[in-house]
Amino acid sequence: MLARTADHLYWMSRFIERAESLARTLDAHYRHSLLPHAPEVVARDWRATLEALGVYELYLERHSEVSPASAFQFLAFDRDHAGSIVACLRQARENARAVRGTITSEMWETLNSTWLEVRGYEAANADHDIGDFLEWVRYRSHLSRGVTLGTMLRDEAFRFVRIGTFLEGADATARMLLARARPGFVPVDEAAGPDAYTWTLLLRSLSAFEVYRKVYRDAVTPWRVTELLVLRDDLPRSLSRCADEVYENLRAVANDQSAETERRAGQFYSAFHFGRLEQLLAPGLGAFLEGILERVADLGVRIAQDFLVPPSPN
Amino acid sequence: MIENAYDEMQLPDGTPRSHYRRYGTWLHSQAPDRLARRRAEADSRFHRVGITFAIHGENEGAERLIPFDIVPRILPATEWRMLEEGLRQRVRALNAFLNDVYHGQEILRAGRIPAELILCNAQYRPEMQGIEVPGRIYAHIAGIDVVRAGDGDFHVLEDNLRVPSGVSYMLENRKMMMRLFPELFARHSIAPVEHYPDVLLENLRSVAPVGVTDPTVVLLTAGAHNSAYFEHAFLAQQMGVELVEGLDLFVRDDAVYMRTTRGPVRVDVIYRRIDDDFLDPLAFRPDSMLGVPGLLSAYRAGRVTVANAIGTGIADDKSIYPYVPDMIEFYFGEKPLLANVETYVLRRPDDLAYTLAHLDELVVKEVHGAGGYGMLIGPAASRAQLDAFRARIIADPPGYIAQPTLALSTCPTFVANGLAPRHIDLRPYVLSGRETTIVPGGLTRVALVAGSLVVNSSQGGGTKDTWVLEN
Repeated sequence: MLARTADHLYWMSRFIERAESLARTLDAHYRHSLLPHAPEVVARDWRATLEALGVYELYLERHSEVSPASAFQFLAFDRDHAGSIVACLRQARENARAVRGTITSEMWETLNSTWLEVRGYEAANADHDIGDFLEWVRYRSHLSRGVTLGTMLRDEAFRFVRIGTFLEGADATARMLLARARPGFVPVDEAAGPDAYTWTLLLRSLSAFEVYRKVYRDAVTPWRVTELLVLRDDLPRSLSRCADEVYENLRAVANDQSAETERRAGQFYSAFHFGRLEQLLAPGLGAFLEGILERVADLGVRIAQDFLVPPSPN
Repeated sequence: MIENAYDEMQLPDGTPRSHYRRYGTWLHSQAPDRLARRRAEADSRFHRVGITFAIHGENEGAERLIPFDIVPRILPATEWRMLEEGLRQRVRALNAFLNDVYHGQEILRAGRIPAELILCNAQYRPEMQGIEVPGRIYAHIAGIDVVRAGDGDFHVLEDNLRVPSGVSYMLENRKMMMRLFPELFARHSIAPVEHYPDVLLENLRSVAPVGVTDPTVVLLTAGAHNSAYFEHAFLAQQMGVELVEGLDLFVRDDAVYMRTTRGPVRVDVIYRRIDDDFLDPLAFRPDSMLGVPGLLSAYRAGRVTVANAIGTGIADDKSIYPYVPDMIEFYFGEKPLLANVETYVLRRPDDLAYTLAHLDELVVKEVHGAGGYGMLIGPAASRAQLDAFRARIIADPPGYIAQPTLALSTCPTFVANGLAPRHIDLRPYVLSGRETTIVPGGLTRVALVAGSLVVNSSQGGGTKDTWVLEN
């Protein structure tokens, strides 16, 4: 397969996944906002999210203060912000357009109609229901995933789509947890006072609340939420599951120069597969997650070097 | 203009022509709101599928639909057979001419075409002189624009031998019609067109360099911002070949390779959809970012086939067009089966004088123009436009040809207030390789503005499905 094609497929799936993750993040805030809170608590939570997403500084360049309305606008609809939901959907569509001959026509039509429809939401920006929009983004993402799994040949192209999806998934789950990890915070295994509800919301926004009940049949504690989202490799969006998929798909496309990247992906996966949560969290939840984000970024750079823009052989 | 135009559907007395009779009956039995719903459905589907094109000079990335009209253009089998024979003869002659121009130039030495018309033409590529191309085929894919004049006869208006486009609309229009009106296809015996991508692939494989048994074909595009990108992606997908950009290819030891996730892969045939000028920055425009450095050298070494060949523009140049009937006679000793449109060559003093005296009746074209740009339609022009064009012609007579304003045939077409006749043309696609193949029909383009004769999609033209009835 053409290296450029692999590059577009990889970024197409990363942007689809990123749009969905943003919708999930915003959904947690949206649900939270329906409860009574002091304004400073609301501002603190938004700030934590913007920081976890790595866009707090960029946000401050455009907005004087952290308010739910402007943060939502910035993360959902700001076309000039490359990390907004709308910008991600556009980039997913542009990448798909560049390889529309490689993906199935159903995949292309799904991504293209998502883009055509989101413009309707943009036009109605002020009027529509926030929850309704976020739900729509998630459903479109479900549809993209379904049409990919349901129509695409399990060839190399499919592998690059999967690598993009799960590398982005690992990044997103780490960031959502990071937004809950104030400096020095170590999760404990007991229901956590006034903060308890935010952990439930985190689970809900990752579609993991019912799973949690099924697995633990007990109260929601920060420790168990972390364990579920980091180590459970049967949970679709857990770090362990994502690392496993990245490793497996990377091995399937291995080439002459990718051995070191494979090794690092394997090491990344092993940390979750054979590690213990006590050890992993020893430096604190925040430091652990920062480390995860670095490794995800490193894998991203290495994958690009090995497969997506191979050096000219001349 | 419309008064003396040939109506494709109706006889002068208002009754349908025999090949439209069955369709006419069906059309009259349709409730207007059903047809309106179907038209809306076609639009939304074309949008969703992304069958769009970009227009030069508009915002970058702006994508538009080419309007699709649901009334088909129908050709009876007998007419098509005649047309097909004429097209084969013409494209055979054009390929023979290209081979001659780039080898012995006998037609020039015989004085049938003035040598300076060729040798001083920017479309003539001296780099091609003496190169042997597989099967002596230069124009592997030709789009020949044919019009029917007031007398009902077909004439060739233009040959497109560089990178003719539009065939994807022929295929998508058919798919759309079958989806919207399946009952029509049960009622008529319509020659299929769906196999075009198979024929195209087979054709490209048949002209691979000598000795290559299982050739790798790629389609070379300028990229997603090119106006015809949809078609490039569509054809590559339908043929199952890689859609490559210049940066995906490189040349080593006179062989062409593509960069893949598993290393370099050899390429044997390049179906290129970018112009000669941009193909190879080392040989042509040095500022081209779209091409492949060293491609011409690999091509000259016979290690890769480029389709269409480099330098085919010399045969579809408007200054050469008047001589195509001479080519047919010169190379085959045959009479042309398909006539040219009568053409005044303004480098000839008599033709120039006539043209200047009758400017308001004629269509004048720049010899190097294309796509409906740079032309004057005398009867539709204002006094000021006529004067301006007259000055341009006088400044450079050899730069222009003139033709009588043809009453292009009309076909009923849906417009804002119902069905109305609109002028149409036809672009059949002629594939030349080991064999010559023409998929029945082609792309019918329609001028949507009342009275307009300009069918180009870049100028607001639309398209129709084209049916060739089988007997």
